[in-house]
Amino acid sequence: MQTMEPPQLENMRLRRCDSAASVPQFCNSPTVIVMVGLPARGKTYISKKMTRYLNWIGVPTKVFNVGQYRREAVKTYKNFEFFKPDNEEAMRIRKACASAALKDVALYFSKENGQVAVFDATNTTRERRAVINSFAKERGYKVFFVESICDDPEIIAENIKQVKFGSPDYIDRDIDEAMEDFNKRIDCYKTSYMPIDDEKDRKLSYIKIFDVGSRYLVNRVRDHIQSRIVYYLMNIHVTPRSIYLSRHGESELNLLGRIGGDSSLSPRGQKYASALASFIRGQRIKDLKAWTSHMKRTIQTAEALGVQYEQWKALNEIDAGVCEELTYEEIQENFPEEFALRDQDKYRYRYPKGESYEDLVHRLEPVIMELERQENVLVICHQAVMRCLLAYFLDKPASELPYLRCPLHTVLKLTPVAYGCKVESFYLNIEAVNTHRERPKNVNTNRNPDEALQTVPDHV
Amino acid sequence: MGGGRRQVPCHLHLCSSPPLGVKLFLPPSLSDTRALTHVGGVCCEHLCCWNHVHTPPGSIRQAPTMRGCSSRTKQNQGKAVCMTNCPTLIVTVGLPARGKTYISKKLTRYLNWIGVPTREFNVGQYRRDFVKIYKSFEFFRPDNEEGLKIRQQCASAALNDVRQYLTEDGGQVAVFDATNTTRERRETIVQFAEQNGFKVFFVESVCEDPDVIQENIVQVKLCSPDYTNCNTDEAVEDFMQRIKCYENSYETLDEVLDRDLSYIKIIDVGQRYLVNRVLDHIQSRIVYYLMNIHITPRSIYLCRHGESELNVKGRIGGDSGLTARGKQFAKKLGQFIQTQSIVDLKVWTSQMKRTIQTAEALGVPYEQWKALNEIDAGVCEEMMYEEIQEGYPLEFALRDQDKYRYRYPKGESYEDLVQRLEPVIMELERQENVLVICHQAVMRCLLAYFLDKTAEELPYLKCPLHTVLKLTPVAYGCKVESISLNVDAVNTHREKPENVDVTRMSEEALITVPAHH
Repeated sequence: MQTMEPPQLENMRLRRCDSAASVPQFCNSPTVIVMVGLPARGKTYISKKMTRYLNWIGVPTKVFNVGQYRREAVKTYKNFEFFKPDNEEAMRIRKACASAALKDVALYFSKENGQVAVFDATNTTRERRAVINSFAKERGYKVFFVESICDDPEIIAENIKQVKFGSPDYIDRDIDEAMEDFNKRIDCYKTSYMPIDDEKDRKLSYIKIFDVGSRYLVNRVRDHIQSRIVYYLMNIHVTPRSIYLSRHGESELNLLGRIGGDSSLSPRGQKYASALASFIRGQRIKDLKAWTSHMKRTIQTAEALGVQYEQWKALNEIDAGVCEELTYEEIQENFPEEFALRDQDKYRYRYPKGESYEDLVHRLEPVIMELERQENVLVICHQAVMRCLLAYFLDKPASELPYLRCPLHTVLKLTPVAYGCKVESFYLNIEAVNTHRERPKNVNTNRNPDEALQTVPDHV
Repeated sequence: MGGGRRQVPCHLHLCSSPPLGVKLFLPPSLSDTRALTHVGGVCCEHLCCWNHVHTPPGSIRQAPTMRGCSSRTKQNQGKAVCMTNCPTLIVTVGLPARGKTYISKKLTRYLNWIGVPTREFNVGQYRRDFVKIYKSFEFFRPDNEEGLKIRQQCASAALNDVRQYLTEDGGQVAVFDATNTTRERRETIVQFAEQNGFKVFFVESVCEDPDVIQENIVQVKLCSPDYTNCNTDEAVEDFMQRIKCYENSYETLDEVLDRDLSYIKIIDVGQRYLVNRVLDHIQSRIVYYLMNIHITPRSIYLCRHGESELNVKGRIGGDSGLTARGKQFAKKLGQFIQTQSIVDLKVWTSQMKRTIQTAEALGVPYEQWKALNEIDAGVCEEMMYEEIQEGYPLEFALRDQDKYRYRYPKGESYEDLVQRLEPVIMELERQENVLVICHQAVMRCLLAYFLDKTAEELPYLKCPLHTVLKLTPVAYGCKVESISLNVDAVNTHREKPENVDVTRMSEEALITVPAHH
């Protein structure tokens, strides 16, 4: 078996576009995604969500929120008058902020290896959009516009409640004041708002989202990443719901400190399955879908629920290849170098004849896409898989992902709120072994066995 | 419930409730739909295997039993309850020569490949079967009452067959391919669907580019049975008149009037799309697919890696390097590619040594896809067939009984392979000229997609070493050219033996194993 190298080092002399990442990097031009729309149309929500998704699948992406630049330039927000179209001083500041943000976009691409930048601002005039387009063309960036159009007053009011009241702009206001001011702010933009024109702008690449996704207009999708973005945007929704993540109940191999395999639940694991069923019933979840992997231990856990469940092969635990069913002690004994390499880069390390976390993310992508489409779902899976899913919802980077804590017999309830995700952790009071191995201090290939095994959790 | 050791009969219910909290048009009976799956539902990965139950090994693949839809035909004010896993009726809309049949056939091929039983119903075909000889465009004149009557009958006959296919024959998606250019006609279809508990999704193709229309006509109309006895100019002239017959009464899908329908409007061969009210997973996948296909002429080259060390030993799987002959093939492949003078060729390989080594010899940039890795033979990795028969005779027989669905213990099935290759196919659709250097099982899956082969045929498609297949989309299908690069290699193709019974003798099992060292 050849020595495992980080993928980037192999075949360096050829322009090798590695597709361990979920997106084959076909095109080297970076992409600027430009948000368009009146305030409270979900631009920032979409920006952040899309960025989180792209980063998770391995496309380095960053949001540049012009409002943020404005808040840093003008320390205190007084009122909507700042946004009046005839407020020349304010106009100057806002233009400067947009320029500063664009400059940072350029830096992100050239110096920080960014691949996608999301330019989050209203960008409601053709003039402003033309400026951004030229900026991008000059530097060889691709541009993709995402316009959100919505006139449903209920949705807008809900938006304002969810995210504007908590904004630094309104932190010391009372709700009614804030609501009134914000509506006036929206009015300031309305008069000069020119939506993307299907005739005049037919050469641009864009998607228009109408009424939170009831309808879409997609124009000139140019490449793979734009196609993926469109697919993603067309699958997300804002209907309130919760996602429950849990591992299977404690398994026989868990007790023995062995990784992988396909063993059944231990007695305590079975107890957990019953406890999980009670917990779920207590939550009174509407139309709950339950998903498991194809492995015995998740299926047995789901069986106790007494509801229909669906099995996904993609939810199977990470394949540890030659290390399947070994204890960490045995791995250290037989594959000390592999063991060290894994500690050096747990995210990218691929077990010989097995998988890496990076591979896992790739195979979980359809699961995430379907989770986005669904509403209330309970996912019964495995440690590494749960870490990947959690990293997606909580926007954890690749370096943290493999060390996220996902203990047995604990349910995580994720509820999207504002721009992120609320997490509630429920430990169902059934004891279980700890399967979490922290990164040891010494990750060198020449380390002692004790140094390697220092962080191994207890087992039988 | 076994842990996926042997193939699992399965079906997957993906019920997506209507998204987005927007008030949707739903018949009243839909307000609390619930997918009826049996408790402990087993399921397969294929995100579109609704009621599709995979038959266990040893039996012939028949129309799957329809599960979970026992109440599907319950009449409720003339409308059946439309369960969330109910069948889908895709309805094309558009003037003649707008690519409706092209889209219908391609979409049908894709859906079948990913495991969704789909069939297209082309009303023009019904018309041809009824009116044996096509005389001229006059048949289509809006004032030709007899013509209209016949066309209406044909549409009804087709819808009848749709109903049969979706309710009794195990179909999951039916593509109703006709012009359907009036609101009235579409309304009839919507009612038909409601009565039967089908979901409806419209696919409209709108195009005014005369070049595109002309090209369409040349590619597919001139060789239509309607025009076998006409010369080209006559045929084109007649067809243009035919289009005119429809133009006056054409009512395109309207943003306002049709806002409660689910549809995608494809404008100018994919420059622009308008998507309205995507209701569920399958519609979302269909939209994604339609937005990724194009008609720019191009070719796809498929080949396997050069002969490998394990190939000559008769061992399956593994990750070995090329033999001397394999390296020779790689070199010749490079020369072949040069002579083809392909514009902007992309080269893709798997992440296994043998494909990478093959690509290296080309001297051009290439991209590695883990998804293109050979099928994982699990416990049988690197074994010879003789050893598999020796160590796992039962598994060996089960595999021969249903090679498509059989999953190696701790390994994969062809069915799994198709699922992991779907993103590759999607990207192949987006791309133009591509050379894919892959593996035997992988190549069979890709080939089956392009050549519309069934799951039964797929695992036995012949994909010999050192042979390049050049696929060029043409008309409604794919032209295949097979180019052998004249470098000898072992044969790795094992035919299905006559005796697939688990009680068979070793010799009967091994009779079709190709020769090796």
